Amino acid sequence: MAEKYDLNEREVWDGNFAASQAMRQAKVDVMAAYPITPSTPIVENYGAYVANGYVDGEFVMVESEHAAMSACVGASAAGGRVATATSSQGFALMVEVLYQASGMRLPIVLNVVNRALASPLNVRGDHGDMYLGRDSGWIQFGAFNAQESYDLALCAFKVAENHSVRLPTMVHQDGFITSHTAQNVYPLTDKAVDDFLGDIKPVDDMLDFSRPVTYGAQTEEDWHFEHKAKQHKALMDSRTVIDEVFEEFAKVSGRKYNRVESYDMEDAEVAIVGLGTTVETARVAAKELRKEGIKAGVVAIRCFRPFPFDLVRDALENVKAVAVTDRSSPGGAMGAFFNEVSAALYSTPKRPLVTNFIYGLGGRDFSIEEAKRIFKEQKAHADAGHITTDIQQFSGLRGPKLGYFQTKRG
Amino acid sequence: MQDIKLRANENRGIHQLESGNDLVGWNEVTQGSILPSFEGNANNIAHLKAEERSYSNHNSYTATVASWRVRKPVFNIDVCIDCQNCWVWCPDSSILSRDKQMLGIDYDHCKGCEVCVEVCPTNPKSLLMFNEHEELGTALSQWPEKKKKEKN
Repeated sequence: MAEKYDLNEREVWDGNFAASQAMRQAKVDVMAAYPITPSTPIVENYGAYVANGYVDGEFVMVESEHAAMSACVGASAAGGRVATATSSQGFALMVEVLYQASGMRLPIVLNVVNRALASPLNVRGDHGDMYLGRDSGWIQFGAFNAQESYDLALCAFKVAENHSVRLPTMVHQDGFITSHTAQNVYPLTDKAVDDFLGDIKPVDDMLDFSRPVTYGAQTEEDWHFEHKAKQHKALMDSRTVIDEVFEEFAKVSGRKYNRVESYDMEDAEVAIVGLGTTVETARVAAKELRKEGIKAGVVAIRCFRPFPFDLVRDALENVKAVAVTDRSSPGGAMGAFFNEVSAALYSTPKRPLVTNFIYGLGGRDFSIEEAKRIFKEQKAHADAGHITTDIQQFSGLRGPKLGYFQTKRG
Repeated sequence: MQDIKLRANENRGIHQLESGNDLVGWNEVTQGSILPSFEGNANNIAHLKAEERSYSNHNSYTATVASWRVRKPVFNIDVCIDCQNCWVWCPDSSILSRDKQMLGIDYDHCKGCEVCVEVCPTNPKSLLMFNEHEELGTALSQWPEKKKKEKN
């Protein structure tokens, strides 16, 4: 029986500490980790909780992130509740095993504290690592502050372990801006978390000796496609479970999450679509611009995967101009997020004008002023009835203006 | 014959992995391509011989998984001393042996790696590689004589 950990109704926690408390309260059975900045405190704290008797779990030290996720795969296949954390290069080293985990339908929870990918080396937050995981078959939640990194970590277990889902789930938070900024966080009691999550109910667990199973079978051209299609369907179908879990969590916590969050969008004419801490910046900018008569709103993606194609469309279809922000180096293309939002909007009757902003790479600050400037640019597009700038632009970049492609629509 | 008794077992190697007619669709494949090895409860089967266990169709025991073998080991019972070296070293489980008595090769699972031949200590060897389509009788008729020790 674990020691009691005293919690106040209101705590001052940073995103890392909040996530580590969620790991303790979820009674994670096994955490295998290879700590990396800026996610180190999540696994470090869990290790301390184990050492000090606050959780009856197992902390497994490994020699790399590849090994960390591999050990998580083993522990999850054995039937335990399993989680870890990583960032950036560590995430990149995990990628191969991320696909193994999702293919084997193992409900591992991975806290990803977003950080830029080298080279050049950088420890600060951008979404390069999150984007690297976007085809890996994991559910991906985005937390925009410390409270959400705690709340969504708890929701992640409940979604992942649901028997109709059984998919690994990532909870993303922005490196340093969220992970190292102390804020007010209102935790649930240990009892409330117990009631919300309950114990994991294993499926095909390898410790069930009455029913030995093979994990990691080989499937060539006659089988592989069917397995991947079934996996994709599970991910698409997880949308309803996510909605139910968010609903249930609201009852417990009073905080309601949505796969797509809309702020000031009821009558919005222009919008910024974003992820992470950018969302709160853009919300402040939108509020200030409304005083100047610009009907600005913000649409935030809470659930990056499965991508909420229909909800994004619903949130944006009556807007005239949309700026989609990508905090990841696009590598010779339009931003991935821009492409996905544009695709969703292409199937609406009005097809708003959509532009792409690459911003904030390597932790470059995204200011309220810059968000306002982007809103005003959208307003200019809306008034002109066409895109008046390059479709892809770089925001907050020093040097001559960098942009690509012009509209063919008049 | 050498391995008739066990090969006659009705479950061993009964289906081809590549059979294309009866494959199920995406909605019927197992979740996570996780495959149960046995039919029913597998508690307390450790003491049972392989042919007495209820291997499922997902287990390679019931499948023929040797289609890419081009050369096969042939077993000569007249030379064998039942030392079990081949049984120990076989990287699959294709050496059939009961009560420490060598019975033959499971050709539904043997990949033709030749390890058994390599580790066989008898003179001449009790296992030798032949072309896949060589008949047993022909193979045995070509068995070499005992080599004499070379004097220093």
